[in-house]
Amino acid sequence: MKKEFICIVCPRGCRISVDDDLNISGNQCPRGKTYVENEMKSPTRILTTTVKTIFEYTPRLSCKTDKPIPKELLFKAMEVINDVVIEEEINIGDIIIMNILDTGANVIATKPSRKKE
Amino acid sequence: MMKDVIVIGGGAGGLAAAIEIHQAGKDVLLIEREEFLGGILNQCIHNGFGLEVFKEEYTGPEYANQFIDVFLQEKIDYLLDTTVIGLKKEGHIFTVETSNESQGIEFYQTQTVVVSTGSYERTRGQISIPGDRPYGVITAGSAQRYLNTDGLLVGKKVFILGSGDIGLIMARRMKLEGAEVLGVAEIMPHSNGLNRNIVQCLNDFDIPLYLSHTVTEIIADDHQRLSKIKVSKVDESFRVIKGSEKVFEVDTLLLSIGLIPDVTILDDLGVEIDKRTKSVKVNQAYETNIEGLFVCGNALQVHDLVDNVTLESKRAGQAVVRYLNKDKVKENHTLSLNPGTNLAYITPQRLDMGLEQENISLSFRSRKKMEKAVCKIYQNSQLIFEKKLFFVLPAEMETIQLPFKTIQDQGDLKVELEVKS
Ligand SMILES: Cc1cc2nc3c(=O)[nH]c(=O)nc-3n(C[C@H](O)[C@H](O)[C@H](O)COP(=O)(O)OP(=O)(O)OC[C@H]3O[C@@H](n4cnc5c(N)ncnc54)[C@H](O)[C@@H]3O)c2cc1C
Repeated sequence: MKKEFICIVCPRGCRISVDDDLNISGNQCPRGKTYVENEMKSPTRILTTTVKTIFEYTPRLSCKTDKPIPKELLFKAMEVINDVVIEEEINIGDIIIMNILDTGANVIATKPSRKKE
Repeated sequence: MMKDVIVIGGGAGGLAAAIEIHQAGKDVLLIEREEFLGGILNQCIHNGFGLEVFKEEYTGPEYANQFIDVFLQEKIDYLLDTTVIGLKKEGHIFTVETSNESQGIEFYQTQTVVVSTGSYERTRGQISIPGDRPYGVITAGSAQRYLNTDGLLVGKKVFILGSGDIGLIMARRMKLEGAEVLGVAEIMPHSNGLNRNIVQCLNDFDIPLYLSHTVTEIIADDHQRLSKIKVSKVDESFRVIKGSEKVFEVDTLLLSIGLIPDVTILDDLGVEIDKRTKSVKVNQAYETNIEGLFVCGNALQVHDLVDNVTLESKRAGQAVVRYLNKDKVKENHTLSLNPGTNLAYITPQRLDMGLEQENISLSFRSRKKMEKAVCKIYQNSQLIFEKKLFFVLPAEMETIQLPFKTIQDQGDLKVELEVKS
């Protein structure tokens, strides 16, 4: 089975295909090959989402993993994050969850739980 | 009490302009209608902001905070929860009318005004989809705000009309929060969103993208809630192809069909409008035909990258300072800048020849995807400047620098995109 990828390294957006013998074609530069090799081997993504708080003014705080995590763990990570409730004032960059799902990535706040400015 | 400058809007654009002007020693007041600074960035919790200005991949709120911190350190005057509801000019003085729940109506006077009020989303009324008018049809940006700032998921079975970036980002976001996202329909044969979003928001989650498709009917249940939509294929002239109809059972239809600059507060001032950008016409100082009135950010033209809003608004801020310092060569004439072949629009639309500066930043969008394009600028049928552009796409605004000294004193300018032969 052939697999198709759209390369996102540059705006050209080459459509790159990989066949059963792992031959890569359709890329117009070497960066496309590297991109597809990574996507085949171990695709990772930064997860951005929100976390509940007890604060009336900011009922949700935005957060993210500070490193990309394996793509197949995105939904599991969402479950973990959706179980958390922030009860203390928090600053941008503060760790909310350490080493989520043993990925080595922390979930950190991307917004302060700011009171009215 | 008379201000040097009033900045309307506290998003990326307003903040950048206010900081620039304040740092030049001018007296600034910024007015924001929300109860927080940062504008639309606050609800854009995904990452990918700031590659150019900060060489970082910030999320929207992180990007906003970089500027909010500086803004607060500078101790610039500002009002939150305050909406500008009127703007008038008498003689050389602007009067800004504001409304606030506890203060009521107030008036502020100023020598100059910077309008950085952002953009609003096109709604169903602007594209007229036939069918019922049930609950459950909502713009993608509103759904984004409900979900990311209030924690409310607007639906469980979602379809998205329009492949703009907001729609793509929301497809992923709602999917991650447990909604079923049945597909995205785009009437054009190509997507309007960035490739990166097609890949990471749709392909990653096996959400189908229906190109050359549109929603042809909206059907409500007995309780005035959305229950079904019909999606059909269109031909090259956007005519619906009979028999191509698919039915989707959904409770939510998100509309991601474009942004329009919000300059409604300028309605009474008699500003010149550009029908291409759907905003005002400005010169290279971002000044409108009303002296002392400046416009920048999404209020001037819809930007896909916040870095471009920041850079543009800083330039606008510098121009305001120049204006207040009366730094203009002589009362002079203006030339008009017109979009030619393959250009959807261009800003600025005018050049003020009395405002000499080293380079003039020109921003435009192409009408189609072009590889190895050349941007050519003509004046009096003569080529005065050209620049190679590796790749242009309608989804990505381009900005180039035109050296002032290449411009002749007389004759309108025309900007075109050609494929390099
Ligand atoms: C959903 C979405 C996703 C995006 N994704 C990316 C991305 O991944 N990367 C990237 O670089 N860029 C992205 N952008 C683009 C970028 O974020 C915006 O272009 C930029 O933040 C706009 O800034 P602005 O200041 O012009 O407008 P806004 O942020 O909209 O600010 C305008 C402000 O003016 C206020 N206002 C309006 N009218 C009045 C009034 N009458 N009185 C008082 N205040 C008023 C509003 O409340 C608002 O705070 C995205 C944009 C959107 C909408």
